[in-house]
Amino acid sequence: MDPATAREAATLGIWTFLATEVLLFGGLFTSYIIYRIKYPQIFYEGHLKLDHVLGAINTVVLIGSSLTVALGIAAIRKGKVGLLRLYLFLTLLLAGTFLGIKYVEYTEKFSHGLYPDTDIFFSLYFMLTGLHGLHVLAGMVLLGAVLFLAGRGRYSESYHTPVEISGLYWHFVDLVWIYLFPLLYLLG
Amino acid sequence: MKEHDSGTRTYIVVWGALVMLTVVTVAVSYVHLGMMNVFVALLIASAKASLVALFFMHLRYENRLVWGFALAPLFFLVLIVVGTLSDTLFR
Repeated sequence: MDPATAREAATLGIWTFLATEVLLFGGLFTSYIIYRIKYPQIFYEGHLKLDHVLGAINTVVLIGSSLTVALGIAAIRKGKVGLLRLYLFLTLLLAGTFLGIKYVEYTEKFSHGLYPDTDIFFSLYFMLTGLHGLHVLAGMVLLGAVLFLAGRGRYSESYHTPVEISGLYWHFVDLVWIYLFPLLYLLG
Repeated sequence: MKEHDSGTRTYIVVWGALVMLTVVTVAVSYVHLGMMNVFVALLIASAKASLVALFFMHLRYENRLVWGFALAPLFFLVLIVVGTLSDTLFR
């Protein structure tokens, strides 16, 4: 297989995987819509108990991590391995910050007696943000592996498909949060 | 598939737009528009999602086949949401 064909196959592969991810989150989004229509009061009261400042900060953190991944890919396309590693490191730092803030939020919710079995709003809140958090964790493992392999000189100007593919996954994780933030934190 | 070089500047402009839209969506949430709040929030989220997909995910520079793979799940998503709602809303 010539390199261009191999790259296209990999791109189609990750987009297919992301399609399954859209539908995984799609099922939960569907339950969100149905129960929101059915119990608007519970959703209104629930969203007031979330810290939308922390939610907004985390949105900016995750958008920033998408930028650093994009810049990392731009760097390796020019063969700059050192710059790629720097940007990947920054991405991991931002991803860690996101999870740290999520941890603070969860702890705060638990201390106020808000658990996944509190009501339908918090069931969906913990399920959606928890599943998303697992994706952030998976992305960190993936990008960590790419960072490690970049250090071993695996990627160059002519070959960096794994960097691009992992980047697509990371942007998808950002995409999910772009919808989760207004749906959970902002809409009353 | 072209190996397109979208410059660092483009990425930073897109990032700036994403942060701006985040600020806008938070600001709008303080204004009570009734059902329009949901509409505006989803509109802004979709604008942000499009920016991420087009620029960060390089969809802009991909061919039709990749576009097809990327957009196909949205069709199924609509199918799931509309299909389920048509049941639960009219029970």
